[in-house]
Amino acid sequence: MALRLRSSTSKSNFLNILRYNNLGFGTASHAARHLRTHDPTLLRVSQNPISRFCNTMAEKLSSVGENEDANAQVMDFPGGKVAFTPEIQFISESSKERVPCYRVLDDNGQLITNSHFVQVSEEVAVKMYSDMVTLQIMDNIFYEAQRQGRLSFYATTIGEEAINIASAAALSPQDVIFPQYREPGVLLWRGFTLQEFANQCFGNKSDNGKGRQMPVHYGSNKLNYFTVSATIATQLPNAVGAAYSLKMDKKDACAVTYFGDGGSSEGDFHAALNFAAVMEAPVLFICRNNGWAISTPTSDQFRSDGLVVKGRAYGIRSIRVDGNDALAMYSAVHTAREMAISEERPILIEALTYRVGHHSTSDDSTRYRSADEIEWWNKARNPLSRFRTWIESSGWWSDEEESDLRSRVKKEMLEALRVAEKTEKPNLENMFSDVYDVPPLNLREQERQVRQTIKSHPQDYPSDVPL
Amino acid sequence: MAALLGRSCRKLGFLSSGHGARRTVSTETGKSLNLYAAINQALHIALDSDPRSYVFGEDVGFGGVFRCTTGLAERFGKNRVFNTPLCEQGIVGFGIGLAAMGNRAIVEIQFADYIYPAFDQIVNEAAKFRYRSGNQFNCGGLTIRAPYGAVGHGGHYHSQSPEAFFCHVPGIKVVIPRSPREAKGLLLSCIRDPNPVVFFEPKWLYRQAVEEVPEHDYTIPLSEAEVIREGNDITLVGWGAQLTIMEQACLEAEKEGISCELIDLKTLLPWDKETVEASVKKTGRLLISHEAPITGGFGAEISATILERCFLKLEAPVSRVCGLDTPFPLVFEPFYMPTKNKILDAIKTTVNY
Repeated sequence: MALRLRSSTSKSNFLNILRYNNLGFGTASHAARHLRTHDPTLLRVSQNPISRFCNTMAEKLSSVGENEDANAQVMDFPGGKVAFTPEIQFISESSKERVPCYRVLDDNGQLITNSHFVQVSEEVAVKMYSDMVTLQIMDNIFYEAQRQGRLSFYATTIGEEAINIASAAALSPQDVIFPQYREPGVLLWRGFTLQEFANQCFGNKSDNGKGRQMPVHYGSNKLNYFTVSATIATQLPNAVGAAYSLKMDKKDACAVTYFGDGGSSEGDFHAALNFAAVMEAPVLFICRNNGWAISTPTSDQFRSDGLVVKGRAYGIRSIRVDGNDALAMYSAVHTAREMAISEERPILIEALTYRVGHHSTSDDSTRYRSADEIEWWNKARNPLSRFRTWIESSGWWSDEEESDLRSRVKKEMLEALRVAEKTEKPNLENMFSDVYDVPPLNLREQERQVRQTIKSHPQDYPSDVPL
Repeated sequence: MAALLGRSCRKLGFLSSGHGARRTVSTETGKSLNLYAAINQALHIALDSDPRSYVFGEDVGFGGVFRCTTGLAERFGKNRVFNTPLCEQGIVGFGIGLAAMGNRAIVEIQFADYIYPAFDQIVNEAAKFRYRSGNQFNCGGLTIRAPYGAVGHGGHYHSQSPEAFFCHVPGIKVVIPRSPREAKGLLLSCIRDPNPVVFFEPKWLYRQAVEEVPEHDYTIPLSEAEVIREGNDITLVGWGAQLTIMEQACLEAEKEGISCELIDLKTLLPWDKETVEASVKKTGRLLISHEAPITGGFGAEISATILERCFLKLEAPVSRVCGLDTPFPLVFEPFYMPTKNKILDAIKTTVNY
């Protein structure tokens, strides 16, 4: 059978030859039977790619088929079959339309008609809203405390309360959390008290972390919330390993990890997503795309259509959600969680939102964005007011409950601050413990030396750290 | 990378009892094993003794490029012994997460030369995991294994000794075995130690070192140095493959009437200062030798510490015979390496100071 060539270049001859022989990896049985000729001179499939190549070159053209439409050709390569195309076609760098964003409540908190969402009970909805309010008040009071010099540092979650609380509400207490640093609401939902938040911020002896880290670096093993580390995106691959553990232990739980638009540029993001897909790990990747990484807007961060399109590159199912719509967040996370656990797969959730506050108390964001922009998001696109409208229209909330809640939380928060401030710091020995499970000799020696130095120069050392 | 081993001149019957060598005697029968077989045995035992232990890394499924993971996937299944994507930061990050959930994650980095993408995870996550959480969490179940060291023709990227970078990180342990029997016991200790450990395996010895290795489950304690050869005139400290070179130097020095005490540090972090100190107080002289470049190498830490503790007992400056301050060269490897004769010269200089 003579080969009908499409072009006269030798390269194209070669391709044609390849097309007509079963030269994919693996056993002959998985090769495309319909493409085999019945020519007995056809060589058997060789596993070695180099020798296949050579065998191919030695084959006679007459062993090759004819009259086949080039466009219907399908070929085995490592990784599976691909169809061929004779046209030079590039996949466009972006779709014509951006991926649409799932939302259920409009800007005014009215339920959008025909929207699909997971029903939330009154109890859950009221707790969600109350926790969003609590988070907001806690943030404002801590922020002010830092400004007054009572706290060394703070970072608010203003504008992202819905992401925090609604995602937490949609999870189970056994789901393990790997936060970045703007997700204290998840802890709050699970029962971390205002006093516990304050203790960590003051690094006092009641702090779970024993005074070792800066404020907002919370952690709670009781609440399955891994301790915050300031390094960006390092928690992402950790979450994948944890998810794999949950799968192997056959737990009805997943790992959930949060990060920002900035964090998605880190190598650990790419490492984690790829691993999650390959390991088939039940992990939720929740990106708080709030538009800013300190002063860097997303246009300086990436050129893709946000985060949601990146999932497909790794073979990961993804969704874009209005992060300021608590109901949509809840529904998306709830649905994703079920998929992740029952199908043993990762899910990427891009929650669009806006970072209303500054990056932290060390930042003044009016230096790189307009105060009007910030104000607009704070007022017109506020996640709390939208959700409040919805729960009020459901008959579950009132102005009276609102003011009661706010005054109660404010009072509790100020008291927590007062108590935390007065509580003494952890004992000096906590500087040397937990570096290892047991302090090695060099640390015991160093503690001795430090204690001697303190005796000689007590004025060099803070008096609120008990020895 | 497939077979890297070459030079026939370094066939070794491993650290055979030279005069003064102290070694714990095993009462169980052992088999003659090389280093990769001994490590393989340790891994089999580790996975067998703890159902929540995992081995993973690039190419470990088929047995690994150095055959250390042979038979594991077949015996324990692909859910526990598996290949990972080619991404060291992902491998170690994933391992930390697995360990944080109470599992033993035994991670393989294909060559120590490629460990650097994982450095952030090791330094900022693994090393601080317990401390920063106030002991609410830990990733003590993490063990990172990586082949290190010269191999005769490895060049820049198959010969590095990066131990010094890791010795500077509070919160992890760094362990380097000298022989098959040591490797099996030390590796099992590392795997079971409740702290994250980096375990560097001298790749030169994977096939070249053969020793009787007891078949049972045994551990060798961490942070305990061993005097493997007793002497009175000078103390030599080293680790890993370099000890075989140092021992040859000791044997030749002895012919010239110099009695050398040779110490295997085994654990570099936290290291056993007491054993080295006691030895130097006896001999009055110290020589440290390592393949890694001399500047900022771990020998500097040992030297500074011993100077602090033994200053008045020292008869001569502490000597360091180490790799040079260049990237590890190919053609120039014989010039770069701290050879037996360089060590011998340094022993004599120190003794005659």
